[in-house]
Amino acid sequence: MMKAANKSFVRSVAGKSDSSDASTESVITMSIPTILIADDSDTDRLLLEKILVQQGYQVEVASNGKEAIAQFEKCRPDIVLLDALMPVMDGFEAAMRIKAIAGEDFTPIVFLTSLDEADSLAQCLDAGGDDFLTKPYNSIILKAKLNAFMRMKDMHSTLKQQRDEIKQYNSRLITEQEVAKRIFDKVAHAGCLDAPNIKYAFSPISIFNGDVILAAMSPSGNLVVLLGDFTGHGLSAAIGAMPLAQSFYSMLEKGFGIKEILREINSKLNEILPVDVFCCALVVEFNFKDQMLHLWNGGLPDGILYRPSEGKIIKFHSTNLPLGVRSNDDFDDHLVVHDLQPDDRFIVCSDGLYEAEDEHGNMFGEERFLSVIESNQNPDHLFHEINVSINSFIGVDTLSDDISLIEIKVVNADDLQVVFPEAVSSEKLGPKDWSLYYELRRDTLKDYDPLPLMLHILMQVPFLRLSSSQIYTVIAELYSNALEHGILGLSSEQKVTPAGFAQYYLARNQKLQDLVEGKVSIALHYQGDETGGRLEVEVKDSGEGFDFEPYLKDTSSEMQKKYSGRGIYLLHSLCQSVEFFDGGSRVQAVFVWGGE
Amino acid sequence: MTQSKQHLDFDTLNELKVVMGDEFSLLIDTFKNDSIVRVQAIKDAVASVDPEEIRRAAHSFKGSASNMGATELTRLCRELEDLGRSGQVEGSQNLLEQITTEYECVESLLKGL
Repeated sequence: MMKAANKSFVRSVAGKSDSSDASTESVITMSIPTILIADDSDTDRLLLEKILVQQGYQVEVASNGKEAIAQFEKCRPDIVLLDALMPVMDGFEAAMRIKAIAGEDFTPIVFLTSLDEADSLAQCLDAGGDDFLTKPYNSIILKAKLNAFMRMKDMHSTLKQQRDEIKQYNSRLITEQEVAKRIFDKVAHAGCLDAPNIKYAFSPISIFNGDVILAAMSPSGNLVVLLGDFTGHGLSAAIGAMPLAQSFYSMLEKGFGIKEILREINSKLNEILPVDVFCCALVVEFNFKDQMLHLWNGGLPDGILYRPSEGKIIKFHSTNLPLGVRSNDDFDDHLVVHDLQPDDRFIVCSDGLYEAEDEHGNMFGEERFLSVIESNQNPDHLFHEINVSINSFIGVDTLSDDISLIEIKVVNADDLQVVFPEAVSSEKLGPKDWSLYYELRRDTLKDYDPLPLMLHILMQVPFLRLSSSQIYTVIAELYSNALEHGILGLSSEQKVTPAGFAQYYLARNQKLQDLVEGKVSIALHYQGDETGGRLEVEVKDSGEGFDFEPYLKDTSSEMQKKYSGRGIYLLHSLCQSVEFFDGGSRVQAVFVWGGE
Repeated sequence: MTQSKQHLDFDTLNELKVVMGDEFSLLIDTFKNDSIVRVQAIKDAVASVDPEEIRRAAHSFKGSASNMGATELTRLCRELEDLGRSGQVEGSQNLLEQITTEYECVESLLKGL
């Protein structure tokens, strides 16, 4: 009888041939929704099928729970209508199995029943039923319910799709952050943070910390350290960190001064970063030869110079806006100058350290920080003491910001053990035989530093890269002698004391501004092959001249000190020969590498 | 007509005609075939003196009877179902006879449609 009914009933929609397609989410919304009816009553099934077909559904039928499961696996209907009481397998068991098969796909199961006792209805729900339809069928109610379920199903699949997308985005984001961090670590650690006189600590609260610590040697042998704290955390905070690190290292390597580097970083960040993202930073250059520091602080807590020999603490306040806030036209690159003594400690931290809270919400604060320094007995233990103090203050889980801390121990230039980055190995020899003549006239002398360009040209020769620091020092010395002594007529005697040093630079700037005439020329002659090479540097000035001979001959330390003539002495030690002509207004220095 | 109204709800039947269209007679035939099985199942259940069996059998017939608008038949099935649910069998024989008679009446009325 059942067979007869099925056979004679003409389906309005042909049976699906591809059941796998029907189960994918995207197809469902576009294709005709399918409903599976399982009822052992031929009458009720026939009637329901007819109603549903008229309402635009594709219908599949089964006469018991077992058949229903088989049909479900075959055609993956959108909604399943199950009679509760059926032979072979009842609707309760079929519902549970179908829900298990459907897994994450939301397949509404509606029980067809006239059950009206609470126990049976509860049994339907326990089995995974989502709703009930009572006999006799009412096509209006039926339509409303099925429409509601189709909408729910759509929402569910949209939700699921979005959840999967979010999951995917999230894992991609984490991967990207990890990649970004790896790249950044490579860039950021290209410098000399591992030098024995540098100690630093990072406390990142996200994969990509908003703090940046950079340290590198300038070609002149000065140690330059930058601590940066970007607003925000994570990737958004790190966007600016890459250009910052890259500008810092590459410009420093090329011999640019920290003013130029700061300006470059500022303009880059100003261009790149959104208005609410900027970088509080402190940059400090340690000149261990002259025991001086030059410092710029924009928005970071005070840089602290601790002088254990005198128990003295010198603070360097922020006097500038953070990097990336102002355009370069308004950028203040004024540097603070201070003398140094061996064994001094320079300490700077990000504000995360002061703002770190204990379990009661109290901040660590500057006072606590300074009291740790004040109570220090052995400066070698200071960094450790600060770390212990902050860690014991904060609860483990209360880190609210990135905490970064760096300490630089002031040493004698000769004791500085820094590994310079290895020269880029190149099989090519670069330019082998060349000369360059560069003449700087009055208006150029006033505010232009030719050294980065000179160094850049020289660094085209791989051999010369190995000695970039020495070469820079030599050219810098020759150029500044020509300019300051030859053209401006300044005496280096002034530079003996820190106060004199400052006066000297004041006078230098004044005289440069008032300069009426003068020119300095730099001539480079290079010849080299795979075994070695020779570089001749000739610097000539239009001034009166300045006789270096006595200082070169007298190498007593007293004489050096007296005239602050270390640079001149240095020249002699670095070069194969240094010769003076025309009363000192023309100097020729020769470097030789490798074999004959 | 007053008599037939007690057995069949013609509003429901008219709706069924609209829904089924050409296949209305197929629905009637299917119901008849179904009912032979259902009535037999109730007979077997009553003979087995198992209240749960009686409840199930009556419940199943009730569903299709209600869909067909057989009001009195539905009422009788519900009565038998309730009896079974209460765990009793007393009076089931009597209800079975009423159901059988009512079905014969419904069948002859449906034939005349």
